Amino acid sequence: MKYLENDESRGKRIIITVIGPDRVGIIAGVTCILAANNFNILDISQTIMQEFLVMVLIVDSENSGLDLSMLKDRLAAKGAEMGVQIDAQHEDAFKFMHRL
Amino acid sequence: MLTIQEIMETVTMVQEEHLDIRTITLGISLRDCADADPRTACQKIYNKITRLAGNLVPIGEDIAKEYGIPIVNKRISVTPISLVAESSRTDDYLIFAETLDRAAAEVGVNFIGGFSALVHKGITGGDKKLLDSIPNALDKTERVCASVNVATTKAGINMDAVALMGRLIKDVAFRTADRDGLGCAKLVVFANVPEDNPFMAGAFHGIGEPESVINVGVSGPGVVKRAVERVKGSDFGTLAETVKKSAFKITRMGELVGRSAAARLGVPFGIVDISLAPTPAIGDSVAEILEAMGLERCGTHGTTAALALLNDAVKKGGAMASSYVGGLSGAFIPVSEDSGMIRSVEEKALHLDKLEAMTCVCSVGLDMIAVPGDTPAETISAIIADEMAIGMINQKTTAVRIIPAPGKQVGDYVEFGGLLGRAPVMPVHRFSAADFVGRGGRIPAPIHSLSN
Repeated sequence: MKYLENDESRGKRIIITVIGPDRVGIIAGVTCILAANNFNILDISQTIMQEFLVMVLIVDSENSGLDLSMLKDRLAAKGAEMGVQIDAQHEDAFKFMHRL
Repeated sequence: MLTIQEIMETVTMVQEEHLDIRTITLGISLRDCADADPRTACQKIYNKITRLAGNLVPIGEDIAKEYGIPIVNKRISVTPISLVAESSRTDDYLIFAETLDRAAAEVGVNFIGGFSALVHKGITGGDKKLLDSIPNALDKTERVCASVNVATTKAGINMDAVALMGRLIKDVAFRTADRDGLGCAKLVVFANVPEDNPFMAGAFHGIGEPESVINVGVSGPGVVKRAVERVKGSDFGTLAETVKKSAFKITRMGELVGRSAAARLGVPFGIVDISLAPTPAIGDSVAEILEAMGLERCGTHGTTAALALLNDAVKKGGAMASSYVGGLSGAFIPVSEDSGMIRSVEEKALHLDKLEAMTCVCSVGLDMIAVPGDTPAETISAIIADEMAIGMINQKTTAVRIIPAPGKQVGDYVEFGGLLGRAPVMPVHRFSAADFVGRGGRIPAPIHSLSN
């Protein structure tokens, strides 16, 4: 996730977390919403934690017309459809906690 | 570089460990609202609060959504009303409390603090009117919180005020008897009260504060508890280090939210209060942290030492995480708001005397304690005096928020619901302190107050 160290587009990045049982189509479901609203995906990584799929996407919201709150609602709705939990948060929530 | 583990750690803290921002509190100076006509003064107060705090709740909700961290309460603190109302031609300050209540309702905050007086050395005309208005104000209003500072390390303890507070607390309980004495949950008696405390019911906007300011109170006992559980059996150095790291992370969220709220409201950022504030939710308990350290029950021997370690480590971690730490900044041990404390009282592991000892090493004092409704006013005053003495001698803030539960005995419960929770009625000593409390005057300031 080297992009987080790059401050060029500071304040525009959003971190999306997907947690839940693995199944076909999760990435497609999430990225479809992102592409439709012009969010650029900077990084995707995933792992299995305690039998759950954990996926983290870092996206650039610079050119999107959709605000964070609307994005959260759409992702949450999609997540409910797929049986996983999806949230989107401003990256500062993580940087502030883990980095000085 | 942020790792997926770090991102998940933050997500887990919020989703499973109850990490939240307990309150963003907007402090507002009302010093320019004084007027000889009380109605004019109240109009100025209402206008100023609604003008400055109009956006507080929506901005708080926006920030919560953006950062994905709940902000449980948005609140307002104002200049002690005893100062604002003193020059008004009226003996009854209920109208001021009702004005605060209306303004709070208008802007959508659940509590507004500052129906307060500072009487640690003596009581002025305005102070007396305010104190006399407290029972009626807490009965007739919903959102107004009152606090009275009766002692400082520099001034000593105003025992006349302590005696009066015992009677006032009984009166408040009597008037709000139909609500289990709820009014008493909104009344705090302090020693060395901080002027920038964001937490209710003791918040007010101190006289050294700016025109308006944002102060933030964090939470997070659940996060610390989980971290402590992960180092089961390790030595005290490791334990303290673990608590420090957790406190650091919790406080960083407070700092982020506070700065963000201040910038969006266009007011200065004041402080982060790094108190560990429990809620009645299971797992969000300070008592359970102490138990995770290795005590069978909170309240048994060793509890004071465990709490001392916890409180100090939280401060060390929190102080590193914020540019300005203030307010109360210590672990809270309110009985009714902490499921672990309630259990300890129910199992007779925790008594009033042990709670008093615990307040020597943490903030803030005997908090949300229910005692039998027939407890004499002098006994309540004596409980307050003991707590004030601890604050005065140890140069720290202490407080008493006690509910003489109307018509209830040991074994009964008071039920407030929500964040105020429920409290088992605890026994008090049956021997009288009436002659001591009745002496009147002040307990002189201690020798170490002579520090100049």
